[in-house]
Amino acid sequence: MLELDRVSAGYGAAQVLRELSLSVSAGEILCLMGRNGAGKTTAMRAIMGLIPLMGGRVLLDGAEVSALAPHKVPRAGIGYVPQGRRLFAGLTVAQNLEIGMRTRSSPPEVLEEVLALFPRLRERYRQPAQTLSGGEQQMLATARALCLRPKALLLDEPTEGLQPSMVDALRQVTLQMRGRGVATILVEQRPDAALAIADRIAFIENGRGGEVVPVEMLRRDPSLLARYLGV
Amino acid sequence: MSERARVLALHGGLLVLLLALHFVLPPYHHGNLARIMVLASYAAGYNIVFGYTGLLSLGHALFFAAGMYAMGLSVPHIGTGTALLAGVAAGGIGAILLGLLALRTRGVAFMIVTLMFAQAGYLTILYFGAWTRGDEGFVIARASRMLWGLDLSDAAHRYLAALALFALVLGACLWMVRAPFGRSLIAIRENEPRAAMLGYDTFRLKLAAMAASGAISGAAGAAYALLFGYAGASFASVEYSILPLLWVLLGGAGTVLGPFIGTLFMFYLIDLSSGVTSAYMLIAGIALVLLTLFAPRGLMGTVRARLWRWLP
Repeated sequence: MLELDRVSAGYGAAQVLRELSLSVSAGEILCLMGRNGAGKTTAMRAIMGLIPLMGGRVLLDGAEVSALAPHKVPRAGIGYVPQGRRLFAGLTVAQNLEIGMRTRSSPPEVLEEVLALFPRLRERYRQPAQTLSGGEQQMLATARALCLRPKALLLDEPTEGLQPSMVDALRQVTLQMRGRGVATILVEQRPDAALAIADRIAFIENGRGGEVVPVEMLRRDPSLLARYLGV
Repeated sequence: MSERARVLALHGGLLVLLLALHFVLPPYHHGNLARIMVLASYAAGYNIVFGYTGLLSLGHALFFAAGMYAMGLSVPHIGTGTALLAGVAAGGIGAILLGLLALRTRGVAFMIVTLMFAQAGYLTILYFGAWTRGDEGFVIARASRMLWGLDLSDAAHRYLAALALFALVLGACLWMVRAPFGRSLIAIRENEPRAAMLGYDTFRLKLAAMAASGAISGAAGAAYALLFGYAGASFASVEYSILPLLWVLLGGAGTVLGPFIGTLFMFYLIDLSSGVTSAYMLIAGIALVLLTLFAPRGLMGTVRARLWRWLP
């Protein structure tokens, strides 16, 4: 479904990703883990075309998306929920979702589908995004990305700093998306969160791809996780 | 009452009020209001780029003057209706051409590029004085101010024509900001990289906003020349690029009614204070400072923030 083929990328002259290769299938959750600065967020930005590739390519269903202009990547079917939510803070929940719907001229029923996933947003529908709680803002950012009906979803630390009930709600939605065949790449710092939701965990170190391990193996032997993370 | 009904009632109510004023205002204010409606149409065009898209242009006098001169110079040859359309086209095409260059820049650079092109336009008018009559400008002959059998030099016809233009622009702006296109512009204003991340082709959208804004500014310039019978280089000067910015800021950037309210307020502030003292610009300046301090979102922006959240 979504594949990174020896992707190198960085900021200016500073190379962060070094020939990183990854793949995630339809209906699978791949978790990216690594130390701070390992290149997890850079990998997300490289997939979205927000930073230019120095080498390699990104493929979605076999078609190269790294050749597309950045604004065409979401239209190709990749939804991105960046770290820090990045909402249109001054606009209402409704307006944020309308903007999300517009990108691919999504049919009106998509909005209902999304609001069914996040009933809390329906209650806050006319409220400015900046007045929502952190968890609600994360829900809105995720909902906005889902308005695209993406084939692949990139979630960058979606549960960072949220209360447990919100974490659980977002986790349930991510699992529902998996059930609908969405390929998900999730950046997660917390091992327990990663183990609870992922199918496989890919470890990144210094911008290079390391081991990709099925999560059952890590659940059976938690010491492996510490070893892979180098802690 | 639904939000849509409220919006229609408010904006429709303003148009009905303006029509009613036609029958009751004394000649002086009647003439003023006709002028204000044309200038407010110009400000509404400017508001698309500044208020809704977040681009601070300092070159809109170029589009206003393009519409004015395209209309004024062509009207003896092609007739009034076609000349008006030529004015609209001149504003729109001018904005597209300037946008193709200026939209490659951002922030202060965008302001400087638009300002410089507008100054180049102003100097071009002066340079080709043989055709444009330079600083002096030229009068549009009364015979050329006939449209569909109406004599637009007549005060009543002029007022109604100004109202028709304003109603058209108001309706177009209202439709635009509630349509997906308007939402896309707001997304760009709020955060352009974020809009691009969601799949918006921000360059094309900004160019479309420039085109719409330029066409409306051109229409206002053409209408001004037609209704008031004069085209002059002063309308291409930097002052006419700054004025719509002030009107929009005062009235409320990113509100449909803001440009009209700002133009009305500023016009009468200067008009009334100039009757009291020769230092009327000082009074205007103090009023602007006070408004900026106490209503930084402009008059309608403050109304929206405090009272009517549904205001488009």
